[in-house]
Amino acid sequence: MNGAELVIDCLQKEGVDVMFGFPGGSVLDIFDLLNKSEIKLVLVRHEQGAAHMADGYARSTGRVGVCIATSGPGATNLVTGIATAYMDSIPMVAITGQVPTPMIGNDAFQEADVTGITRPITKHNYLVKSTDELPAVIKEAFYIARSGRPGPVVIDIPKDVQKAKSSKRYPEKHEMPGYKPTVEGHVRQIKKMADAIKAAKRPIIYAGGGVLLSGAWDELRELVRKTGIPVTTTLMGLGAFDEADPLSLKMLGMHGTKYANLAVCEADLVIAIGSRFDDRVTGRLDQFAAHATFVHIDVDPSSISKNIEVHIPVVGDCKHVLAKLNEIVEPGDYAAWIEKVAEWKAKYPLKYQQDENGPIKPQYIIERICAAVNGNAVVTTDVGQHQMWAAQFFTHRYPRSFCSSGGLGTMGYGLPAAIGAQFGNPNKRVVCFAGDGSIQMNIQELATAVDHRLPIVVCILDNRYLGMVRQWQRLFYGRNYAHTCLVDTANRSGEPRIDPKSESAPPPYHPDFVKLADAYGAAGLRVDKLAGVQAAIDQALAETTRPTVIDFIVAPEEDVWPMVPSGAAIHEMIDESDYTLL
Amino acid sequence: MKHIISVLVQNKFGVLSRVANLFSARGFNIDSLSVGETQDTSTSRMTIVVEGDDRVLEQVTKQLNKLIDVIKVIDFQGGEFVDRELVLIKVNATATTRAEIMQMVDIFRARIVSVREKHFTIEVTGTEDKISAFLDLMRPFGIKELARTGKVAIARA
Repeated sequence: MNGAELVIDCLQKEGVDVMFGFPGGSVLDIFDLLNKSEIKLVLVRHEQGAAHMADGYARSTGRVGVCIATSGPGATNLVTGIATAYMDSIPMVAITGQVPTPMIGNDAFQEADVTGITRPITKHNYLVKSTDELPAVIKEAFYIARSGRPGPVVIDIPKDVQKAKSSKRYPEKHEMPGYKPTVEGHVRQIKKMADAIKAAKRPIIYAGGGVLLSGAWDELRELVRKTGIPVTTTLMGLGAFDEADPLSLKMLGMHGTKYANLAVCEADLVIAIGSRFDDRVTGRLDQFAAHATFVHIDVDPSSISKNIEVHIPVVGDCKHVLAKLNEIVEPGDYAAWIEKVAEWKAKYPLKYQQDENGPIKPQYIIERICAAVNGNAVVTTDVGQHQMWAAQFFTHRYPRSFCSSGGLGTMGYGLPAAIGAQFGNPNKRVVCFAGDGSIQMNIQELATAVDHRLPIVVCILDNRYLGMVRQWQRLFYGRNYAHTCLVDTANRSGEPRIDPKSESAPPPYHPDFVKLADAYGAAGLRVDKLAGVQAAIDQALAETTRPTVIDFIVAPEEDVWPMVPSGAAIHEMIDESDYTLL
Repeated sequence: MKHIISVLVQNKFGVLSRVANLFSARGFNIDSLSVGETQDTSTSRMTIVVEGDDRVLEQVTKQLNKLIDVIKVIDFQGGEFVDRELVLIKVNATATTRAEIMQMVDIFRARIVSVREKHFTIEVTGTEDKISAFLDLMRPFGIKELARTGKVAIARA
């Protein structure tokens, strides 16, 4: 077989049935065969979309997502998507074409040092120098991508390597003397953990994306059932624990619930499971659960004691460690603590004010959609205010059903991720929440969704602002809305000027998302009155063969509350009421 | 705090830059880095000397361990190990100073590896202390050029 045939053969043996990509000179040999193979290639409109689709596919299915691009600009366009997957530990294999080996380093047409460029944002990467290496490299790449702490792997394949023949085939085993992730937790450490749980008075579980990556949600539920310890999750961990459960404290951190943050700060035992003490979670480090004993389960040893000094570290896969813990764990006496937590929960609910005749509040839309799908949909988001509202006001009940760029915070992630998720879950409803700013960062993928007749519901929470940045400007920059208004602005303070009568001014809605949806062949709806919200949602959910874009015109200056100001401790949350408009 | 870190890696393309990247991405200045094949041609050993905060370096060591091509990482701090460095020195040597230089070379068990009309090239291996002592003695004669390998280290046990 030649190199390209080997690629297809090995991918099929890895069980790949769909990949996302865009052709070009340096991958034509592979594309030529893809068309004749069992693997479905989803043609994207921009390579960044391909990487995010592979990511959304991976997050929502737990399988390795695969994307492919040509050399040079094709490969560099993947970079943001690869970095996004890297920051959130998402299993992905990205295949890139490369100029022929004799031309590498000559500044050939469409040449870029892809292994060099992607080194800091991949778990591992390869430049395949001979066709003989190819099968072993593909085998290793998939194993590396999904094992241990998952992550993206890039395989850069020069054109002549794709053309040359080799007798090597997909190997049975891989040989990597330096790579042996620790899966099983140390028995003694697990015992220590169980002892700490028994002795604690005010324990809390802080679950992260690792619970979802290792498929440990049943084990987590079992632990909670056995002990009755309340659970808060990170943004990445949403869905790891059913938020309808009375012991769920929803999300913690910068825009977490007040009750989760208070509970963490008052806890005497913090059980961190597959989470990494990110700064958006901990706030000021020295005041994060200052009096607690820290237990940390993580498959990645470098994640332990990186930000917080951990007292009982357990290196191992969450699923395995929790299963072992569940065999021996016993609850302590938490009655007073549970009562206190329930009190906080009742006293500080997430809230917003929806006036009947006022502008539509974005939180209301999210609640309506959550109700319409009964909490059972794959939700994807871009990055910004809408992302935090989707985290707060959607009731996340099911694992692997919330896909959002947490670590890198990539605007433009949501729509392509929704497409990837829909390919991975053809029978599920997929809803993408986006802002009017972020949707424009990858809106071209509407074409991909239309081509494949995907009934994705794209909800644009359109406030005509780059809302999260505007919120920071309001709070920390004296309400100087410098370049955050996305429509015509009347003055330097960034007040939007929506004046349909003025001929020189751009139209009030630009782009007109309804017309744009129409131009792409999707359904487009605009809702600017509260009364229209439900009907639009119902109409969108009734579509089965094409995406619907709903342009919800929402209250322009609504902010995300509560909020921990950057650099503050997480119990020092501020609320709308703490802040008067400047 | 100075750390001597020994990293056993697979002898593969790109490994050196992966390892060096981990230090530079955290703003560490590598004092020296030396690499060579081991008894097994499929592996290489890197000896890295770096100055840095202990806690942060512990993190770097953990990150090094995470690299796919890294087989073993040892931070020699406090442990039993032997380390050496090789330095080549081109030093001015005139008719009047030749004898004196040769005497010192002898005392230090260094070697003169090249003789020219106006200079010697001297090879010296040893610990950091020995080499700096030797360099101090040579300096008055006028060191014209100098090349050093950086430390290599190996555990005693």
